[in-house]
Amino acid sequence: MIEIVDLKKAYGDNVVLNGITETIHDGEKVVVIGPSGSGKSTFLRCLNCMEDPDGGKIIFEGVDIADMSVDINLHREKIGMVFQQFNLFNNKTVLENITLAPIYLGCKKVNAAKRKNFGRKIANVFRKEKKELLPVADKKQIKQDATKKAHELLSRIGLEDKANEYPSKLSGGQKQRIAIVRALCMEPKVILFDEPTSALDPEMVGEVLELMKQLANEGMTMVVVTHEMGFAREVADRVIFMCDGVIAEQGKPADIFENPQNPRTKQFLDSIL
Amino acid sequence: MGNFGVKIEKFIKTFIDAEGYKTVLEGLQNTLIIAILGLVIGLIIGTVIAIVKVLPRYKRTVRIFQKICDIYIAFFRGTPIVVQLLLGYYVLFPLLQIRISGLWVCVVIFGMNSAAYVAEIMRGGILAVDGGQLEAARALGLNFSVSMAKIVVPQAMKGILPSLGNEFIALVKDTSVASFVAVADLKYAFQRIGDGNYEYMVPYLVMALIYIVMVLLITAGIRAMERRLARSDRNS
Ligand SMILES: Nc1ncnc2c1ncn2[C@@H]1O[C@H](COP(=O)(O)OP(=O)(O)O)[C@@H](O)[C@H]1O
Ligand SMILES: [Mg+2]
Repeated sequence: MIEIVDLKKAYGDNVVLNGITETIHDGEKVVVIGPSGSGKSTFLRCLNCMEDPDGGKIIFEGVDIADMSVDINLHREKIGMVFQQFNLFNNKTVLENITLAPIYLGCKKVNAAKRKNFGRKIANVFRKEKKELLPVADKKQIKQDATKKAHELLSRIGLEDKANEYPSKLSGGQKQRIAIVRALCMEPKVILFDEPTSALDPEMVGEVLELMKQLANEGMTMVVVTHEMGFAREVADRVIFMCDGVIAEQGKPADIFENPQNPRTKQFLDSIL
Repeated sequence: MGNFGVKIEKFIKTFIDAEGYKTVLEGLQNTLIIAILGLVIGLIIGTVIAIVKVLPRYKRTVRIFQKICDIYIAFFRGTPIVVQLLLGYYVLFPLLQIRISGLWVCVVIFGMNSAAYVAEIMRGGILAVDGGQLEAARALGLNFSVSMAKIVVPQAMKGILPSLGNEFIALVKDTSVASFVAVADLKYAFQRIGDGNYEYMVPYLVMALIYIVMVLLITAGIRAMERRLARSDRNS
């Protein structure tokens, strides 16, 4: 799914990622833990090139998306991201938050196909062997489909009645669940979570983790930076401990938590438990 | 006071019987065309400049464009609008061999002038929008310009609406120099009425009144827009 090869990132003299090589497999749930400032967020943000890596490769579906010449936007559609601060669009309703990107990007593709077909039609006049026209989706259909899907997703998380509210009227837990649903509506191949419950009041952590567990059970590929060790134990296929810009240790949750090999891991786990 | 009564009578006579109101309406129309189209142009160019100015600086081309924007802003804020109008009317457009009327010169120059002010206002507005908004849009696969246009700029607008309103009011008032390039604006219309009787006291008082009423109307309009935009903000 995602192959990370010798990933490097520095801010000025501050080397944050110092050569990380790692593969995230299809359907795998990877939890990333580590002390604050160890580069967890930077690592995650490099996976969809929100930060441009200084070196190394990020191979997603066979394409090195760290290469500046690829259209990163096309690949980001398939890599969902959920933020600590939710980042719902404040000027859009809940429904618009979810459907904005699928509708806009869907219609954009229709326009691109239409342009191409126009060119082909003209070229076909002069061709012996006519080139086939691309299928063109119906924009109204795209809108309807996205809206229908958004409503389905909203009712799934029990927030159907909030569809026309603005984010400012929602609780943190509701916001984050909608942010997750917003990512889901793009039908991503993988979702990246950066401390999705760290900004929540304690009583709302459960509802967000519950939704994430559901996704995990449905087979979604997930990379989760979190301090929720209970979640890691229950859901993770693999736990990665990051420290000083490298992966200091990794393994099955049981092994990492019960029997850490690296003294830094031990120290970190002692400090948070 | 009897004297003043006569003056008013004279004014009314010119205004109504001699169809002075037609001149005034035409002047009002030109004033509004310049101010409104000027604001639209100013908003468009100003927003582009503001976005260029908030781009990350690590690319050379970005820095060059930023420098150009700085020079643009320095010029339009550093010279009187009358000078800019005269330069446009007598230098820029003749040199470019573009033949347009004074009215359109005014629209373009006032637009470019207000862009310099809008740019600074908009830059502040954009910087005030939480960076997470742009990130979330980019992470969904929307490109930079679409993310700015659909998510960041609308939110920036909300915060800076009062400042933009002030800019519009300044623009309306500034249009009173349009007659420098042969545009029959509001001020020109009342001057004509005054010229007719060699009596300027009442015409210019009425002119002042019209400007004040316009400004009050704009202020009320902006208040209404603010209230509407505030909807999505409640409880936050
Ligand atoms: N945009 C940035 N500019 C400069 N330094 C940054 C930036 N983002 C992160 N850093 C630095 O990179 C290091 C790792 O940060 P981060 O990846 O956020 O760590 P974590 O998520 O593990 O707490 C920190 O020292 C932080 O100061
Ligand atoms: Mg972090």
